[in-house]
Amino acid sequence: MDRFGFSISKGRQIDYDANSRHIADFISEREPSFRVCIECGCCSATCTTGNFTNFSLRELQILLKRGENEKVRESIKKCMLCGKCILVCPRGVNTRNVVTLARQAFQKYPANAV
Amino acid sequence: MQFDPFVIPFNIGLYFILIYAVVRSVIWFNGLSRPDKLRLQRGFFGKTFGQSIKEIFLESLIHRKILKSNPRLGYMHMSLAFGWFILILFGTIEADVFGAHHLNAPYKAIFFKFFYPEHGRLGFEAAYSFLMDLILAFILSGLLLAIIKRFSSKVVGMKKTTKLRVLDKVALTSLWLIFPSRLLAESFTSGAYGTGSFLTGSLGSVLASFLPAQEMAYPFWWLYSLSLGTFFILLPLTRYMHIPTELFLIFARNSGIKTGDQPGAFREIQIYSCSSCGICIDACQLNFSAGITNIQSAYLMKGIRNNENVSDIAFNCLMCGRCDQKCPVGIELTPLRMLSRRAGETVESEQTIWQKYFPERQSVMPARLVPDPSYAFLKQYEPAKTDVIYFAGCMTHLTPAIKNSMVAILEASGVSYNFLDEMGGVCCGRPLMLAGQDREARELINHNSQLIWKSGAHTLVTSCPICYKVFKESYYLDVEVLHHSQLIKNLIEDGSLKLNFLRRKVTYHAPCELGRGSGVYDEPKAVLRYVARLQETGFEDKNSLCCGGSLGNIKISSRQKSMIAHDVAAELTKDNPDILATSCPLCKKTLAAATTTKVADISEIVADAIVKPAIKKKLTEPAGKVEMPADFQN
Repeated sequence: MDRFGFSISKGRQIDYDANSRHIADFISEREPSFRVCIECGCCSATCTTGNFTNFSLRELQILLKRGENEKVRESIKKCMLCGKCILVCPRGVNTRNVVTLARQAFQKYPANAV
Repeated sequence: MQFDPFVIPFNIGLYFILIYAVVRSVIWFNGLSRPDKLRLQRGFFGKTFGQSIKEIFLESLIHRKILKSNPRLGYMHMSLAFGWFILILFGTIEADVFGAHHLNAPYKAIFFKFFYPEHGRLGFEAAYSFLMDLILAFILSGLLLAIIKRFSSKVVGMKKTTKLRVLDKVALTSLWLIFPSRLLAESFTSGAYGTGSFLTGSLGSVLASFLPAQEMAYPFWWLYSLSLGTFFILLPLTRYMHIPTELFLIFARNSGIKTGDQPGAFREIQIYSCSSCGICIDACQLNFSAGITNIQSAYLMKGIRNNENVSDIAFNCLMCGRCDQKCPVGIELTPLRMLSRRAGETVESEQTIWQKYFPERQSVMPARLVPDPSYAFLKQYEPAKTDVIYFAGCMTHLTPAIKNSMVAILEASGVSYNFLDEMGGVCCGRPLMLAGQDREARELINHNSQLIWKSGAHTLVTSCPICYKVFKESYYLDVEVLHHSQLIKNLIEDGSLKLNFLRRKVTYHAPCELGRGSGVYDEPKAVLRYVARLQETGFEDKNSLCCGGSLGNIKISSRQKSMIAHDVAAELTKDNPDILATSCPLCKKTLAAATTTKVADISEIVADAIVKPAIKKKLTEPAGKVEMPADFQN
């Protein structure tokens, strides 16, 4: 099919059975404000790192909540913890603690371990 | 009578603690780095020796700092420490002068009355007994205060007092028993022999009137000796370890040893010097504004001493440094907390008694670069060459008014500068350091350092105190770092900036990182005095408050933050100022959300006051014509 300029697009469904939400649980247990995020994207709009890359805290929060942890593992390291996102967050999410806890959790649970 | 079995517990305790103190001091000395060892040697055998002795007398015995800030609490500490010291001193002199021999064993002085019950009837001896009773009464009055403080801390003017562990309680009880048991033992003996002065003599005669004084005295001498012995043996396991440690600390500090960012023996010395007096708890805004009462420095020190996992305590702190300023021992609490943050989560482990007496030094990994950098996406570029660079900082980009005012000020004063992060820059690294991630912070520091170095600047101006502190302390650059308030003051003083006087009442809120963090108190206030009427608040300079928005605290919720901000804003706007001035974008943002008074950065107020040059308008030019850039169409 590829030769004719077509390709089979990857499935886009979210498989909650295969995904593991343990990192999201780890975070929301220690930082309850993680749950109240409405994914408005203010944090991504103001982000210092987002100025240089396509890093988006909003995306990462959504991915974590879906349990697609491996997509987050590397990119969460890009955050500089400067704290602008806390100031713009309309819901009062303690984003710096979310990032710090996520980094901790990724260290605690190495890749491919549930 | 020269010996009695009841002195044995006291002797065991005394010799144990003396030997222990020497051994521990040697361990600490060996743990110091080589330059620190040399410093301490020079300090001990040099000029600072006298200074240290004076400080030990004033602070460890008289407790001058506590007396100044809180006389009742100071009296309590003084009566116990200084009172006990002079009781031992005069007791030794008494035993030496009135005893059968000179140069007695220590127990002779402590239990003098038991061995010489007939002493103190007449003349000079009676006067001396009066003095000894007076000292004992002095200590007992302090002890009474201490006991009341345990149950109601408000009596000594403290809102909160520290919570204790079991061993601390046993040691505290034995400490409390020492002086009442001495009083009763001496009273019974005096009652039996009809000696003693106003305290022991009168109490003794009353007790002797209905009790067999001769028989009752002996158990109380045993109790006295036992409580002394217990106290000395438990001392290294409890907060009372601060008594010997503080002496070492004062010598080390006066020799110029600092915590810096290196963990080591000096960190341990400071941790053991904390007496858990609880003054930091009263100073802490998290305590009195947000109701968080278990994370203050006293608890951090205690947690580290007891080998607990202190990461929750370490990260739940505004890092405002108020407790550093208030600490009567002068422990560098905020740097110690930074070290605990870097250590991260620690494993709580049960210790054997041996480990408790000789704790292993907790190791904190040094920050070093690893081959897997987190910020490899940052690209270096060639900044324009200038003498002065302006680095606004992340927070300033969120408060464009400050940024624009600074640009206006720099333009008006004709400084040729380069706005380094005009299109948004890289974080300075301090927020990462505050989160204990020094390795990552080092990457950002290296990135920014290269940029600054490439620009060839001699002066770096920043609007953000967080950036200011890290540029000043952790960047190894040969540039003069100025906060914008310092720059504005310089510009006003050399005449390049002409300002009007605004008829406004202004109060100034000193940001933590700029004030207590970097010691810049006067420049912002001087600038404000040029342009407005500066009002005093009850929280000036070292006593200034934290707005609550600090990046130092990673755990605190937004509700607690706003509780602190509202309290602070209410305090600072008590006298109804027109403007609440500050010099930090983060403080401005936090306070503006908490008050109806106008909150403005110094640069905004100054920009308002700039004398506008006389307008030179070309009348021939048609109005409303906008010049398009050449490449606009593309």
